[in-house]
Amino acid sequence: MLVATALVMFMIPGLALFYGGLVRSKNVLSTVLQSFICLGIVSLIWLFYGYSLAFGPDIAGVIGNFDWMFLRNVGLSTGHYSDSIPHLLFCAFQLMFAIITPALITGAFAERMKFSAFILFTILWTTFVYLPVCHWVWGGGWLGNMGALDFAGGTVIHINSGAAALVVAFMIGKRKGRGPETFAPHNIPMTVLGAGILWFGWFGFNAGSALSAGETAVMAFFSTQIGAGSAAISWVIIEWLLRGKPTALGAASGAVAGLVAITPAAGFVGPVSALIIGLIAGILCYLALMLKDKFGYDDALDVVAIHGAGGFWGALATGLFATTSVNPDGANGLFFGNPNQLVIQFVGALAVIVFSIILTAIIVKIIDMTIGLRVSDEEEVQGLDLSQHSEVGYTF
Amino acid sequence: MNKIEAIIKPFKLDEVKDILSEIGVHGMTISEVKGYGRQKGHKEIYRGAEYLVDFIPKIKIEIVVEADKTDKVVEAIIKASNTGKIGDGKIFVFPVEEAIRVRTGERGKDAI
Repeated sequence: MLVATALVMFMIPGLALFYGGLVRSKNVLSTVLQSFICLGIVSLIWLFYGYSLAFGPDIAGVIGNFDWMFLRNVGLSTGHYSDSIPHLLFCAFQLMFAIITPALITGAFAERMKFSAFILFTILWTTFVYLPVCHWVWGGGWLGNMGALDFAGGTVIHINSGAAALVVAFMIGKRKGRGPETFAPHNIPMTVLGAGILWFGWFGFNAGSALSAGETAVMAFFSTQIGAGSAAISWVIIEWLLRGKPTALGAASGAVAGLVAITPAAGFVGPVSALIIGLIAGILCYLALMLKDKFGYDDALDVVAIHGAGGFWGALATGLFATTSVNPDGANGLFFGNPNQLVIQFVGALAVIVFSIILTAIIVKIIDMTIGLRVSDEEEVQGLDLSQHSEVGYTF
Repeated sequence: MNKIEAIIKPFKLDEVKDILSEIGVHGMTISEVKGYGRQKGHKEIYRGAEYLVDFIPKIKIEIVVEADKTDKVVEAIIKASNTGKIGDGKIFVFPVEEAIRVRTGERGKDAI
């Protein structure tokens, strides 16, 4: 589990590179830093009160209390959330999930948010959106109690961040520029590298969520691989059919979409189910890209299409394909004789979407009304690396 | 003296350099530029969105030569860089008022 925790940590710089390559070179550092700095900000929040509110003793199924503030009583004994690993290790593992979730949202507002506004957003969003949702599903809250299945964070991390991304993209407005011509990615090799690191780390994300190296971890590991690979293929194929060429960016994006979709299901489904989940994820998330043009929001790095849509499909797919023959601690889905699970999954997803949208909107509004959300036009044209950080990414 | 500006396809640069060397032109300045005329650009695809890129990479060669050598140099550049296809480029000739060698201060044709 130490290794799994480190693997998930590695996903944050992986995400930084994945996102960094997709923006214009004048914004590469700002994009990378927005992911990277979450390693610091969220670690502090987690230590101070985050772990306590997410996983601490439950209050009415809604949130934890402050008993474990500053990790008081979070020691090295087992028995909390796991019979096999020390409590502090479980805490560390969960911390990595808490870090990457706000980092995912950065893709929606890339290339135009003030750094100060971003820091405030990360603090407020983690506190008021991530902690409750995490508690609801994993920390003894009402969604977990209702029977919602989320093996490694399809709802807590991906639907949650996807919904938030939609809100921020709408509220911050489109980037300046003459339409898509201006916004081509500047370093796709970097993005593919990032995707590779994410895939690698995702084995810790999914298999590690079994909390021990055993049969469930093996199932989760294998489904993760199948989900990622098949989604990469299906995205490439559909892009080839619809646009005429298979692209490297498509393969990388498809892989990530598959990883997102398999996240809630890994550990509950078998390999063939993982294959189907992945194939559909690649196609679905590709088609979801078109939502931003249809509805007029500039989700710069497609967080809504990949994490929102992918996570939503994953949550429902869990309700279809889960089987107790793979994991007796799970449940059966619709295809294994239990249609009720699908309903539970849908309700859980919907609840998180609604909550995330409302709270994120409030947070963004507050930030905009106080310190202001967006950089000035001149700063945006100059690029955030120079205007926010006085740095230049590349000196040739 | 004249300045010759030649915009050519990038892969033709070595041929142009070689042919100029043969006729006694042993220096030049080049820049990597982008441009378009009649040659069509290309299409790039990122995350399902099409980007039409009009500007095509070219190389611009700048040489300053004595006036009576101008025609010979222009002909040589054309010979080396012509492919017969759209996008081969253009050559412009400008008069040069003065040329100075930085190291020695020489002026005029001793400077080129």
